Amino acid sequence: MKAITPHRKLLSIVCEACLESRVAHDLGALGASGYTVIDARGQGAHGTRDGIWPPSANVRFEVICDMATAEVISTYLHDNYYQHYGMISYLSDVQVLRPEKFF
Amino acid sequence: MSFEPVILFFALGLVAGWVRSDLKLPAFLYESLSIFLLLAIGLKGGVELAKYPLHDLIGAIVVVLAAAMLIPLAAFLVLKRGGKLGRFDAASIAAHYGSVSVVTFAVAASFLASLDVAVEGYMVAFLVLLEFPALMIGVVLARRSSSEAQWGRLLHEVFSGKSIVLLVGGLFIGWIAGPDGIKPLDRLFFDLFKGVLAFFLLEMGLVVASRFGDLRRAGPFLIGFAMAMPLAAGLLGILTANLIDLSIGGATLLATLYASASYIAAPAAMRVAVPEANPALSIGAALGITFPFNVLIGIPIYYGLAVRLQGVL
Repeated sequence: MKAITPHRKLLSIVCEACLESRVAHDLGALGASGYTVIDARGQGAHGTRDGIWPPSANVRFEVICDMATAEVISTYLHDNYYQHYGMISYLSDVQVLRPEKFF
Repeated sequence: MSFEPVILFFALGLVAGWVRSDLKLPAFLYESLSIFLLLAIGLKGGVELAKYPLHDLIGAIVVVLAAAMLIPLAAFLVLKRGGKLGRFDAASIAAHYGSVSVVTFAVAASFLASLDVAVEGYMVAFLVLLEFPALMIGVVLARRSSSEAQWGRLLHEVFSGKSIVLLVGGLFIGWIAGPDGIKPLDRLFFDLFKGVLAFFLLEMGLVVASRFGDLRRAGPFLIGFAMAMPLAAGLLGILTANLIDLSIGGATLLATLYASASYIAAPAAMRVAVPEANPALSIGAALGITFPFNVLIGIPIYYGLAVRLQGVL
């Protein structure tokens, strides 16, 4: 294993589960090399999202990419979904072990 | 009058939700039960449909669909003019009320079976056909010009949605297999049906109890609408049933279909097609009020009306 672990951005997106297929498609089109989706529950501006039936379910996307791609994705999400859908996103720094997997 | 015990499971779910019980059915069970119910209802309908020549039904289908279009249009006008709701919310709620609830239909069928009232087997075809026209009407009402609507995405959402895929798929399987071919599956799909319905209603009770918070946001007008609309639509259903000479059982089921509001297909479709609408309002009304109203009070009322108004047109 290499000792050097290069930095990438982890873009996390929590949104309504009904957006899963659309966001997944957008991520590919906007240059992400891959993503992970996790079922999520919680509370916020859209009330309690307890996931006990489909319309109250949330998902969380995790995308590891470079800063430029993260900015493109964030801007796209902001312009297309923030106004009418429950969605938040945040960025964090991560170190990855196989940088060639994440452009 | 005989009492339908599956209703008590719904009541148990409501009570458990109210007392904040830690009872929670796993999400995969909700999914599994709904898949079972949709397939079983489709299969049963397909087997029954195989007994009727299809061309005899076309006239009845046209009348039933045409009368059903009045429901979302009337609901839209009442909500927009009377309730002073915005265009998007009024259109989205109208689509919910114009579309149908499969579980309410199943409870009504179960209620009629417990009274030994016969029904026309092809009622399931109406259930399938009534699911989507109102969703289209809702989108047209929300968007002044059709170019604004994302029709491709909406059509995909509606027709690839699990309720249509399973209902129509089950209908075809049952229709092709016929009563004899389906016999090996009877025990799973038909004998267990009521038990699964009871489980699903327990879950629905919990979900409805969790939606009561939304009702506070809905306000008194919408709460009144959620009870008056099913009664008016149910009456329209009885009259339409008379026009096409349905039996008392068939008239009760058609009234239930007209009176019911969708809370599976419509919320998913409206979230895609009319994202400006607040889903808390439509789901709060359709699921928080209209579903329990129909299941607990409405269905016996529609049956009573069907008996009284039989042959009035």
